[in-house]
Amino acid sequence: MTLEILATVAIAFCLLIGAIFSLVGSIGLLKFNDSMTRLHAPTKVGTVGVGALLLASLIHAYTFGEGSMHEVLIMAFLFVTAPISANFIAKVNIHRRSCVSPPSPPRDDTWSTLNVPQADLEIVESK
Amino acid sequence: MVKAFRWLLPHPFLTILLTAVWVLLQNNVSTGMVVFGLILGVIIPRITAVWWPDRPRGFRFGRMIPYVLLVIWDILVANVQVAWIVLTRPNDKLRPAWVVIPLELRQPEAISILAGTITLTPGTVSADLSDEGHSLLVHALDADDPDAVRDQIKERYERRLIGIFA
Repeated sequence: MTLEILATVAIAFCLLIGAIFSLVGSIGLLKFNDSMTRLHAPTKVGTVGVGALLLASLIHAYTFGEGSMHEVLIMAFLFVTAPISANFIAKVNIHRRSCVSPPSPPRDDTWSTLNVPQADLEIVESK
Repeated sequence: MVKAFRWLLPHPFLTILLTAVWVLLQNNVSTGMVVFGLILGVIIPRITAVWWPDRPRGFRFGRMIPYVLLVIWDILVANVQVAWIVLTRPNDKLRPAWVVIPLELRQPEAISILAGTITLTPGTVSADLSDEGHSLLVHALDADDPDAVRDQIKERYERRLIGIFA
């Protein structure tokens, strides 16, 4: 009995944390005015926000029903895929010149995103 | 014998990972499921072995566990910091900056883990790699001193990854 009460409190706490971080992430997405800084907000929602919601689901499943480990998988896949999507959005931002241009790398010629044929660069600049 | 083992299990870690993912997907730890997972874990690395000719040789699994725990802790701390910045800092007082990190890591797997770590710890997003792979471009949300961010990433994550992939 007391275990169920404790679990309920833990679930509520995790849901609250997840909801707060999701809210802050959305506020950040709206508030920032540059596309690169805006990218920082969703990476936050993707980690602690979703992580806390999944933890709540995990505790609920183990206390009140059939235990399920799918949440662990969701979290693992999310942690693997979130950086990739953020990386792609960052690359698009660099290409579209919608942010301050990055400094050139110290040891190599250029960043691999900008390492494209001259003709392709002119397409972007003519837009 | 060793050769046959190498042929059958070109990537033992991938075999374990695939088996674990299969069992978790089925949500059912029974002998049948584990055996089927092992069959998948042997077949998939075997038939895809052609596409990764130079996988990392030394991978110290024992050092990976403290690294993962450290990253999870950093994610929690950095989340609170960035949430505070989002809620309290006006836009014009924000100092976003590009940070260039010269890399000592050479293995592609190690660099992707480093880039993933940098993106997951909020406040920094890894954006690009230089064309020869010698430096990593990172965008920091609020950095007074980009050099300090660079040194922290090198000291905290890259040094440990060098130890893991040595």
